[in-house]
Amino acid sequence: MKGAADSRVRGHFRGTLGALGLDFAIDAPARGITAIFGPSGCGKTTVLRCVAGLRRMAGALSVKGEVWQDDASGIFRQPHDRSVGYVFQEPSLFSHLSVRDNLRYGWERSVRTGRDRTLEFDEVVDLMGLDGLLGRGPAHLSGGERQRVAVARALLAQPRLLLMDEPLAGLDRAAREEILPYVESLHRTLSVPVLYVSHDLREVARLADSMVVMDAGRSVSSGPVGEVLERLGLDRSDDDSEAGVVLDVSVTGHDDRLHLTRLEHAGQQIVLPRAPFRVGESVRLRVRARDVALATARPAALSFRNVLPGTVVETVEHSRTAFADVLVDVGGARLRARITRDALRELNLANGRRVYALVKSISLDRPAAGGPVAGTGAGP
Amino acid sequence: MSPAAETGTLWSAIWLTLELAVCSTAILLVLGTPLAWWLSRTRARWKEAVAAIVALPLVMPPTVLGFYLLLALGPGGPGGWLAGLAGARTLAFSFEGIVLGSVVYSLPFVVQPIRNAFEAFGDRPLEVAATLGATPWDSFWTVAIPLARPGFVTAAILGFAHTIGEFGVVLMIGGNIPGETKVLSIAVYELVETLQWHQAHLLSGGMVVFSFLVILSMLHLQRHSKGKQ
Repeated sequence: MKGAADSRVRGHFRGTLGALGLDFAIDAPARGITAIFGPSGCGKTTVLRCVAGLRRMAGALSVKGEVWQDDASGIFRQPHDRSVGYVFQEPSLFSHLSVRDNLRYGWERSVRTGRDRTLEFDEVVDLMGLDGLLGRGPAHLSGGERQRVAVARALLAQPRLLLMDEPLAGLDRAAREEILPYVESLHRTLSVPVLYVSHDLREVARLADSMVVMDAGRSVSSGPVGEVLERLGLDRSDDDSEAGVVLDVSVTGHDDRLHLTRLEHAGQQIVLPRAPFRVGESVRLRVRARDVALATARPAALSFRNVLPGTVVETVEHSRTAFADVLVDVGGARLRARITRDALRELNLANGRRVYALVKSISLDRPAAGGPVAGTGAGP
Repeated sequence: MSPAAETGTLWSAIWLTLELAVCSTAILLVLGTPLAWWLSRTRARWKEAVAAIVALPLVMPPTVLGFYLLLALGPGGPGGWLAGLAGARTLAFSFEGIVLGSVVYSLPFVVQPIRNAFEAFGDRPLEVAATLGATPWDSFWTVAIPLARPGFVTAAILGFAHTIGEFGVVLMIGGNIPGETKVLSIAVYELVETLQWHQAHLLSGGMVVFSFLVILSMLHLQRHSKGKQ
């Protein structure tokens, strides 16, 4: 139980949630961002509240080896005795305090709780871009600014674990785009592990390293983002159109004449319209299943630029619909294609069949985190 | 009575009234705050029963309240026992007695605005404080009290003004002892009874102006604090 066990967030909670039974288990690395993903009302927020100790359900929880709850031995730490930071969906700043005093609130109390001050006040203010806002009152901030203050305030409490409950859900599109880079930079520069609740697959694909999928109060699957996404909703036909995979690829060069950027993943070449990345940089791409078509022979005279040869590894037909999902191994990476069941039969697609994956469009997500990236779509 | 002595009686009544109001308001805030906090946070089933008891003085005739207070403060009641500790026979017909009566009488005017203010900001600010490492005691002082400030201002003004305006309860339990229990409202009553209308005008007119100013300043404060939130 020592060693590897100490660098993880482990826990399980069981209870009732209105008409819903909650049965949640987590065993995630205590580094990077772990997303808790699921539809609205599936119990994600309740889980986060249990982790913070704001709500009590039967179960157990340990964070980096520190036990926060263990019903078997009667341990339940109160929220103020847990080294946790919590960013609520609404920014929830103290309206009677200035931005500076909001930030100082947790910062000053981190001494009492004996938390190590690994994050400096000025460093966090800088990181979240709050320099010009310190003297203002919360009423005089925009929605995005308030949420940035809330994130900084939670960080300055020096948490062992940062909890974020859909921090972008209450913001309009512009404010969301404004704050995302800050969350990403938090991920790149700080070592604080994050549990990030979201119902937005794009957000999860962009930010998270690993994820736990929840449905109707239960945790149904978990693991590195790449692995989970590639199988997500494979067993369901009602899955939304965002289903797909993520690939962490490296930038190999640019073509200034044709405005293209070349990328490579496990020996496969991918081209994109020119993107502002440095050569050698690692970038996360997201490929939606509905943007991938399949062919059994290399198509000639085609406008699609990204045609990747591969092998079918799994096919799933969604009964009572026209569609099927096909998982294709392209040189170690996995792509998912949403095609019709009709096409599946006519092309005789079965495991082991050689195919060409035609990728219509790719969305660029973010520079992947430095260091070894957990949760790429690549198999071993 | 000489004019100087008359003015002296008037001032003594005004001074005594202010003393009574200040003492009562201070006690009311100290007692009312924990009570309002409990009412705003507890899930006890009998909480509304407690709230109803606190609100009783709003609807009861002051004479009814005064009658029971008289029994409670008298030699046979707990007030008499309390007075016995200090070597007196009864708490009725004393300054301490009318302070006690005022506290009971004005309690709803202090508890209700504070309770409303505590309920208005919900649980979220306290949850935030807890996750930032604040103990419940700490967050009560640094978050709950400052956020409820407008409620406290309203409560203090209402409690103060209501105590000044009280008549029936004081008449029942305090009588009419100059310098001890003869407050403004009692003095006006007596002046009218004895046909000293000139002095009655002075006191009554003063009360009208005072009451107007109190309500006006309260409305201003409320607008101001709303603007700040």
